[in-house]
Amino acid sequence: METVQDGFKAIWKSLKLLTYNKVGFIGFLFVLGVILMTYVGSNFVELDTKTKVDKIYMKPSAEFWLGTDHQGRDILSQIVHGGKDVIYVAFIAALLSTTIAVAFGTLSGFVGGWVDNLIMAITDVILTIPQFPLLAVLAAFISLSSLTFLGLLLGLLSWPSLLRSIRAQALSLKQRDFIEAARALDLGIWHIVFRELVPNMMPYIVVSFTLAMTGAVYAQAGLVFLGLVPISSSNWSVMIQLAWVRGAIFFKDSVWYIMSPIIAIALLQLSLITMTRSLELIFNPRLRASE
Amino acid sequence: MATTLSPAPSQVRTTEPRRNWLQTLTDSYILRKLLRTIFTIFIVTTITFFLIRLLPGSPIDIYVNQLVVTYSMPINEARDQAASLFAFDLDQPLYLQYFDFMGSLLQGNLGSSILSPGTQVSAVIARFLPWTIFSVGLGLIISFVIGMVLGVLMAYRRESFLDHILTVLSSVLSSVPDFLIGLLIVVWLGVQWKLLPIAAMRGAYSSNVQPGLNFFFIKDAFFHAILPISTYVLTSVGFWMLSMKSSTVSTLGEDYVTVAKARGLREQRIATAYVGRNAALPLFTLLTIRIGFVVGGSILVEQIFEYGGIGRQLGQAIGQRDYTVMQGIFLIITFSVIFANFFADILYGWLDPRIKLGVKD
Repeated sequence: METVQDGFKAIWKSLKLLTYNKVGFIGFLFVLGVILMTYVGSNFVELDTKTKVDKIYMKPSAEFWLGTDHQGRDILSQIVHGGKDVIYVAFIAALLSTTIAVAFGTLSGFVGGWVDNLIMAITDVILTIPQFPLLAVLAAFISLSSLTFLGLLLGLLSWPSLLRSIRAQALSLKQRDFIEAARALDLGIWHIVFRELVPNMMPYIVVSFTLAMTGAVYAQAGLVFLGLVPISSSNWSVMIQLAWVRGAIFFKDSVWYIMSPIIAIALLQLSLITMTRSLELIFNPRLRASE
Repeated sequence: MATTLSPAPSQVRTTEPRRNWLQTLTDSYILRKLLRTIFTIFIVTTITFFLIRLLPGSPIDIYVNQLVVTYSMPINEARDQAASLFAFDLDQPLYLQYFDFMGSLLQGNLGSSILSPGTQVSAVIARFLPWTIFSVGLGLIISFVIGMVLGVLMAYRRESFLDHILTVLSSVLSSVPDFLIGLLIVVWLGVQWKLLPIAAMRGAYSSNVQPGLNFFFIKDAFFHAILPISTYVLTSVGFWMLSMKSSTVSTLGEDYVTVAKARGLREQRIATAYVGRNAALPLFTLLTIRIGFVVGGSILVEQIFEYGGIGRQLGQAIGQRDYTVMQGIFLIITFSVIFANFFADILYGWLDPRIKLGVKD
């Protein structure tokens, strides 16, 4: 059992490891910033829903930091509030797909034999089906009005490439001495998988999780853009879709309205991807031990 | 960590070559891949059929219901009309319907459009699919080639200024979703700076140009396709650059490269014949994943540029709930991706004979 002090030490060590890769650290700070903005900042900034006919498509000013939209509403407040849905759906999707990929990928690589063949056959079939068209077609049949359900659906379809890489990792780790030793000691499959194999794959799993989140952000933004997700609340993807459907992107003045959510999504994606460089360091058991 | 273990007995077992006709069959690399391709197509078609027939609120029920309610048509007549559109008989048991569906699919009969009866789905596909294959294929090839060249350059000039610039650029490009890049092109190049005649570039070709193998038509086709192609190139090239760089870096450490250097071969020859060739191989396995991704993205990208390809048609069919068109286009897109994968596999096996012998994989 870890004491509180050990816990603090571990957190401190992680923070130090985090700063080793500068680009990764900047990415981490951005992700932290976006999360703080959406989950803490939204309590302080009120979502502007009042239509102000005299203030349509205003340029940034002291009153409206990012200007106003087609109904004269503050864009900044929409950006602050618009991240919740996006991050939530991405998180659910990444959680489900990583869980499936890790569970079956390790099983496939470690057990081998017909189990491996079966899992890989299924994976290969699903991998070749282009994901986004399938999602779009499914969205026509199933109502995606629930965010949780949307996240689960995205997760359910996006595990195959993760599973393949996890399996490859498991296969190469399986040959290592410490796994052979654990086997020779007859430590049991649960011990080997959860105490030896998974901790050593942790950097990989965490990176996969983050990349799965970016995939889910892409897929949900795409579905919303096609108008297939009947979500009423305002979020970044809905802002882009509204700007597109109403033709706002063809107005010269609306550039702040269309650019704000695009930059928000692009920044989130970019910082998630760069953050993986630092995450790799934190979750690598070897690096932790050597510190 | 100084434990040395002798290899487990299971690993040193020798496989006695016991060849029968089945083994000879499955040993053939191309045949194995072909069987997998056909199997995948079979699975996708089956899933699609049951999705459309069995899901609560299936499109056929909705359509029949709609006919009964809005046109007060007798239910039998409505079902007959639905059956003729979807190209299978609703009164038969499900498994017979399934065989019917598969049979007509083999004959290329995908039914006709719900919204504009009389338009065959196969005609819609024949009209729009070539444009998507043209733009997506060209975009993939261009980005693959540029990415490989720049990736090798980055690996050779590691930690140089060029490497840092290209790494940042490729990370940014590969992380921004493709349809957002498309939107940015429209917003900045088309609307804000007015550098491109966005409206004139819509569609697959201009209405005043006669399709045919002449200079004006080809020029016009490229004029309309240039924006989707650029988008695919911009969003894919970063992915290829980063993959090629890491692949080249690991190849540079191989023994045969050191030996080639020791033999005094020219640097350029080592870079192309020894490093480049071997480093490019893993990229072909990534190609199979990338094809599906770019084709999926084409639904959104074609929507943004209003390009006359199959992706835009699929987006519209889904939006209008034209189920037969939707089903047909989805199947065709999936088949195309599956076949593209098959050809990538064949190409890979031809480039790297080790794969055929099952050393890797």
